[in-house]
Amino acid sequence: MTSLPQHTEKSLGLVIDLDTCVGCHACVTACKGWNTENYGAPLADKDAYGANPVGSFLNRVHSYEVQPEQGPAQLFHMPKSCLHCADAPCVTVCPTGASYKRVEDGIVLVNESDCIGCGLCAWACPYGAREMDPEEQVMKKCTLCVDRIYNDNLPEEDRQPACVRTCPAGARHFGDLSDPESDVSKLVAERGGIDLMPEQGTSPVNQYLPPRPRDEAPEFDVLAPYLEPVAEEPTGFLGWLDRTLSKVS
Amino acid sequence: MSINLDTSPKVSDEVRKTTCYMCACRCGIDVHLKDGKVAYIEGNRDHPVNRGVLCAKGSSGIMQHLSPARLRAPMKRVGPRGSGEFEEISWDEALDIAAGWLKPLRDTDQSKFAFFTGRDQSQSFTSFWAQSFGTPNYAAHGGFCSVNMAAAGIYTMGGAFWEFGQPDWDRTKLFMIFGVAEDHDSNPIKMGIGKLKARGAKVIGVNPVRTGYNAVADEWVGITPGTDGLFILSLVHCLIKAGRIDLDYLARFTDAACLVNEDPDSDEHGLILTNEAGKKLVIDRRTGKTEAFDTPGVQPDLAGTLRHAGITHRPVMHHMAETYLTDTYAPETVADRVGISAERIRAIAADLARVAFDEAIELDREWTDFRGDKHAKMIGRPVAFHAMRGISAHSNGFQTCRALHLLQIILGSVEVPGGFRFKPPYPKPSTIHPKPHAGVTPGKPLDGPHLGFLHGPDDLLIHEDGTPKRIDKAFSWENPMSAHGLMHMVISNAYAGDPYKIDTMMLYMANMSWNSSMNTSGVMKMLTDTDETGEYVIPRIIYSDAYSSEMVAYADLILPDTTYLERHDCISLLDRPICEAEAAADAIRWPVVEPDRNVRGFQSVLCELGAKLELPGFVNEDGGQKYADYGDYIQNHERKPGIGPLAGFRGDGTQHGRGPSNPNQIEKYIENGSFWISHIPEDAEFYKPWNNAYQDWAVDLGLFDAPQPYLFTLWCEPLRRFQLAAEGKHRLSPPDHLKARYAETMSPLPTWYSPFSEADDAFDVHALTQRPMAMYHSWGSQNAWLRQIHGRNPLYVPTKIWNANGFNEGDWAKVTSPHGEITVPVAHMAALNDNTVWTWNAIGKRKGAWALDKDAPEATKGFLLNHIIHELLPPKGDGLRWANSDPITGQAAWFDLRVKVEKTTAPTESQPAHPAQNSPVGTGPATVKQKLGT
Amino acid sequence: MHPAPSIILFTTLSGLGFGMLAFLGLDGPAPRGWTAFWFFLIANALAVGGLLSSTFHLGHPERAMKAFTQWRSSWLSREAWLAVATLVSMGFYAIGLVFFDTRFSLLGIVGGLLAIATVIATSMIYTQMRTVPRWNHWSTPILFLAYAITGGALLTGRVALVQALLPLLLILQLFAWVDQDRREKADESNIGTATGLGPRGKVSAFEAPHTGENYLTKEMVFRVARKHTSVLKAAAVLFGIILPAVLLFLPFSHMFAALAVVLHLAGVLIQRWVFFAEARHVVSFYYGR
Repeated sequence: MTSLPQHTEKSLGLVIDLDTCVGCHACVTACKGWNTENYGAPLADKDAYGANPVGSFLNRVHSYEVQPEQGPAQLFHMPKSCLHCADAPCVTVCPTGASYKRVEDGIVLVNESDCIGCGLCAWACPYGAREMDPEEQVMKKCTLCVDRIYNDNLPEEDRQPACVRTCPAGARHFGDLSDPESDVSKLVAERGGIDLMPEQGTSPVNQYLPPRPRDEAPEFDVLAPYLEPVAEEPTGFLGWLDRTLSKVS
Repeated sequence: MSINLDTSPKVSDEVRKTTCYMCACRCGIDVHLKDGKVAYIEGNRDHPVNRGVLCAKGSSGIMQHLSPARLRAPMKRVGPRGSGEFEEISWDEALDIAAGWLKPLRDTDQSKFAFFTGRDQSQSFTSFWAQSFGTPNYAAHGGFCSVNMAAAGIYTMGGAFWEFGQPDWDRTKLFMIFGVAEDHDSNPIKMGIGKLKARGAKVIGVNPVRTGYNAVADEWVGITPGTDGLFILSLVHCLIKAGRIDLDYLARFTDAACLVNEDPDSDEHGLILTNEAGKKLVIDRRTGKTEAFDTPGVQPDLAGTLRHAGITHRPVMHHMAETYLTDTYAPETVADRVGISAERIRAIAADLARVAFDEAIELDREWTDFRGDKHAKMIGRPVAFHAMRGISAHSNGFQTCRALHLLQIILGSVEVPGGFRFKPPYPKPSTIHPKPHAGVTPGKPLDGPHLGFLHGPDDLLIHEDGTPKRIDKAFSWENPMSAHGLMHMVISNAYAGDPYKIDTMMLYMANMSWNSSMNTSGVMKMLTDTDETGEYVIPRIIYSDAYSSEMVAYADLILPDTTYLERHDCISLLDRPICEAEAAADAIRWPVVEPDRNVRGFQSVLCELGAKLELPGFVNEDGGQKYADYGDYIQNHERKPGIGPLAGFRGDGTQHGRGPSNPNQIEKYIENGSFWISHIPEDAEFYKPWNNAYQDWAVDLGLFDAPQPYLFTLWCEPLRRFQLAAEGKHRLSPPDHLKARYAETMSPLPTWYSPFSEADDAFDVHALTQRPMAMYHSWGSQNAWLRQIHGRNPLYVPTKIWNANGFNEGDWAKVTSPHGEITVPVAHMAALNDNTVWTWNAIGKRKGAWALDKDAPEATKGFLLNHIIHELLPPKGDGLRWANSDPITGQAAWFDLRVKVEKTTAPTESQPAHPAQNSPVGTGPATVKQKLGT
Repeated sequence: MHPAPSIILFTTLSGLGFGMLAFLGLDGPAPRGWTAFWFFLIANALAVGGLLSSTFHLGHPERAMKAFTQWRSSWLSREAWLAVATLVSMGFYAIGLVFFDTRFSLLGIVGGLLAIATVIATSMIYTQMRTVPRWNHWSTPILFLAYAITGGALLTGRVALVQALLPLLLILQLFAWVDQDRREKADESNIGTATGLGPRGKVSAFEAPHTGENYLTKEMVFRVARKHTSVLKAAAVLFGIILPAVLLFLPFSHMFAALAVVLHLAGVLIQRWVFFAEARHVVSFYYGR
């Protein structure tokens, strides 16, 4: 059903820490690996060894520079996949019902056998979270590893999205963002997590933790204890050394 | 609406655990198989290196395993060198050819054979083979890679970064990184930074380029390349001047209290006073008398001087004060040169001191030091450092790395809680490492290990006339302390016949005709050039690689290797193990799937070739082949009684460290997830070089035969001994043209001098490369997933140069060095040092290599900086050609590169464009949609 | 947005076809017999041809029937229903006119209104895209409808009406372009809101996730250069509106009328190309374009 549920029992999603992400792309290929072998059609690559390779990926890492008013330019890495929006515009535009948002956990999915590959959902998504598979010609998107997080064949600790499990820097967190007591909700509260493009009115579930301040000028004058010289000359220093050692022993 | 969705699909039929080889990090991986084929790879949660996480490369391993560039069978060259025209042959024929070339060399002069390996993780095996063959000409790629870091660490404190040690990620409060990109230790650094970030600890990144780890750093220091040593010594200046140094630590655990001979006329001028047993002496503060440094109860005095046999001796600490308190290192003096304001240098020094001393931590753990002194607590200085190539690949890299260790040591932050910690088998003093050997006897093994740590001119590998014994000139006057050999000089030296000509060169996993050489175009010419008789100047080249790399085209005989999932390997304590600061560990690879091609693991081939050549160690007493394959060697070889390549599950499977061979050892490793780990007791986890509990644990495990406590050596005597030789105070003397350089660069205390490339002001822009996190060397481009992330590389240009040239998006630039020029696409980057340009390393590929289409962007838009870096410096007019390397270790100084950048009209493809090589494996399929499940 | 030929053809042809059907159904003295046959043939060919063309855009046209299921929420689904309803009701209406010389006027009115609704539904597919500020406005359906009505009037030979409509269309189109430019500039989304980094300073894209193109960049980050759009807009107005108007104000000739139709068609095709090609999708911000 392409109408959105009024309410979901949970809002499962990701919290991505832009302070910590080093831009290594681990989440990108871990996602590609799992989702090629699992949910739906494999994520294909066209012209794989040629001049213009184009494959479908469900998660991609961008990087941005920011020039603050003062201080050197800063650089940030930003992994981006489906944000599993509460008001997901991609769902309501779907003419076939292939796109849907699950009532039980809020995950937005595409039922590939119902997808006609019209591409409207990709147009409706402000985040570029949906990609048409170049071979299968159905819309692919992040499933939040719905076939991992409930998978009885995996040990409990592995029941999390592949991107979260693999992230070396621990910059990705998974949980129920509708539960204020969940670890992810607390993290969002503590670090001031934000929506991407809130003005689009999509109410994304995934949250981004903004980077902590960078290059804050040290307060030279009040920095105490500042490095007070014990002596100006080597001989003076050796005198200090002798005095200090005498005190110690 | 009901959707038929299976949220619990079967993941795989079977999980086989082995070790990743998508880079040098050696993480544990879970390989999921379906129908006996590789379906999915993820990190092994139990593994000490990666704890379940896995990087972009590791997670793309399946695409490397299925790469269309995999070689399929042994081949012999049928077209001219470089053409890539080959004929497939049988293994029997391949081994016959190889043995036919090598046997006569072994019987007459083994130095005509050079064997160098690249990204080899079996160096203890390949060196053993080469030693058994008897050639002096063996090394791996360390000299090109990072020997400055490794050697400076070992000479100074008995270990360095990466596999030698790591920050105390759980306790450090201030982490400072110098020149670190995605070099080594890929996942552990990311995991560590993640831990720091989760705790809100501070990270300072010192790097001209603000990407990756430097991007997440709370504070970025966009230093001028090649000046890190000056910056560090300025921090040292500030700290010493303020007395913010750990005097107790310096006195107890370093040679700061050791006594330097001050008599300029003495043959031992500048050396440290020792007793008859060769032990360093210190003044005991309690008595004022000299004692051996390790005398129980002694309290070494940093201040007092000694008159001994008519000669004044002063502690190293005096020299430190005199050297570093001069204005040479004052922040105001160095600020412009390093590109960091004096205020900022002072602030960083103050920050280091504040955290180290005012935020010191204490662990309630008793420990006893080697003098028998009991300590109630373990005091921690929670500042940790890490550094890599950015400081090491300069002509002043060795001394810069030493300067960094000096900084760590004066803060008392090595081997303490919150600081930097060694990983077994380190700490290990430089004096117990082997010395290098090059004694050749026809038909016999070499007289000892090839590589090692020398301690003065007597240990050089030179002939009576001073000429080098090794083809790469390692351990010669030009670069005496070249602990890892000089792989990057082999081809040019062999081509020039300097010091001598060779007959056969064997290379393994080293892409020398492309990204693993400086002066790439020149190297291609050297490999294809013929002499007056029409024979190739380097007559025979044997190459082993798993993939159709650029180097394949330049070999005469190809021995195709397997992929990493089809082979045995051991990540051995004898080599570069996977230990942690709190544990010893080693690991294996095993064939989780069998090759579907006519290929064999190179090490197994060496077992067979070694037997064919009847090399000692590779044949039984009856003359038969000793090791059926590498797996057999791993399990049954003993380096000395009870010590083998793998330390775990020895004997009956319950012995660890020492013990007889176990025929089921590999099986036990496989059961244990392909690794073995032994934890260090809690009271032995810190202060390891001096901690009796650690020393005893290490002896038990077989790391040493007896406890080896030692002092950190701020005063590097081997350097001083070379200076003495240059001063005429040794029986050997360096060539005259080197004497002044010895005086300048081989100071026994860490020093800084300008990188040698700075002579020519016309080239005023620094040019760097760094490895992207999603690519390792040249390997990644054959990977259908990874090459989409990095399929081409622009030259990143800082705002100042961008605007000065009027660059726009899509423009190209001509980049000129004293050695040559390249024409490449440019892109703008603001978070970059004003006078530095850079690009991603090894994205550019030669047409026809790696099974890529000839119009692949790697070949048309990608490029290498290597073309404009020469192994020699431009002529200076003194009639000599000086090496473009560190004068102490010979480390290739590729980060010294200086260029001019000019806008130019866009060519059709990056220049220089080399003609395509023929691909012996064709090109990859048009579409990849790998899926085994339904 | 990528100007996909199948989509441009679809909106252009079906717009004209449904515009024609609207006139045939709603406007009084309808043609009969063979004349009706030809009119309906052309109208249906355009409408159905356009719809068929749109299926070339689908990854799985064989599943196109599934598109009828979501009429409660999806404009594409509604369009499908409306198009079919139009074609069915106008089919019966045409049978009456062609074979029985009878005009079922109620059926014609219903069919005509459905045809108009179909055009509106088509336009709503684009109008609803909050992600494309140029489209996300009431003027988009008005414009689509204006083109459909003008084209329908032209193709059904209502010269006087067309003479009146063309200037109105010109004004509307010029207003739409100016207003689209204004809206795109005024849109709240930018690289700062897209990344959340806006409050820190001036944000620019450093490296895209992949060095080559991908589905997103090809489909949505495509954007034609401004200097090209000015020329193309001039051509669209010249061919689609001004030249047909000139031809129709000249003494009537079938030749001129046919030429006017062809020119108008060419103009609308160009207008539609520009409609897509100059539209910026907000995902472009992630790529710094």
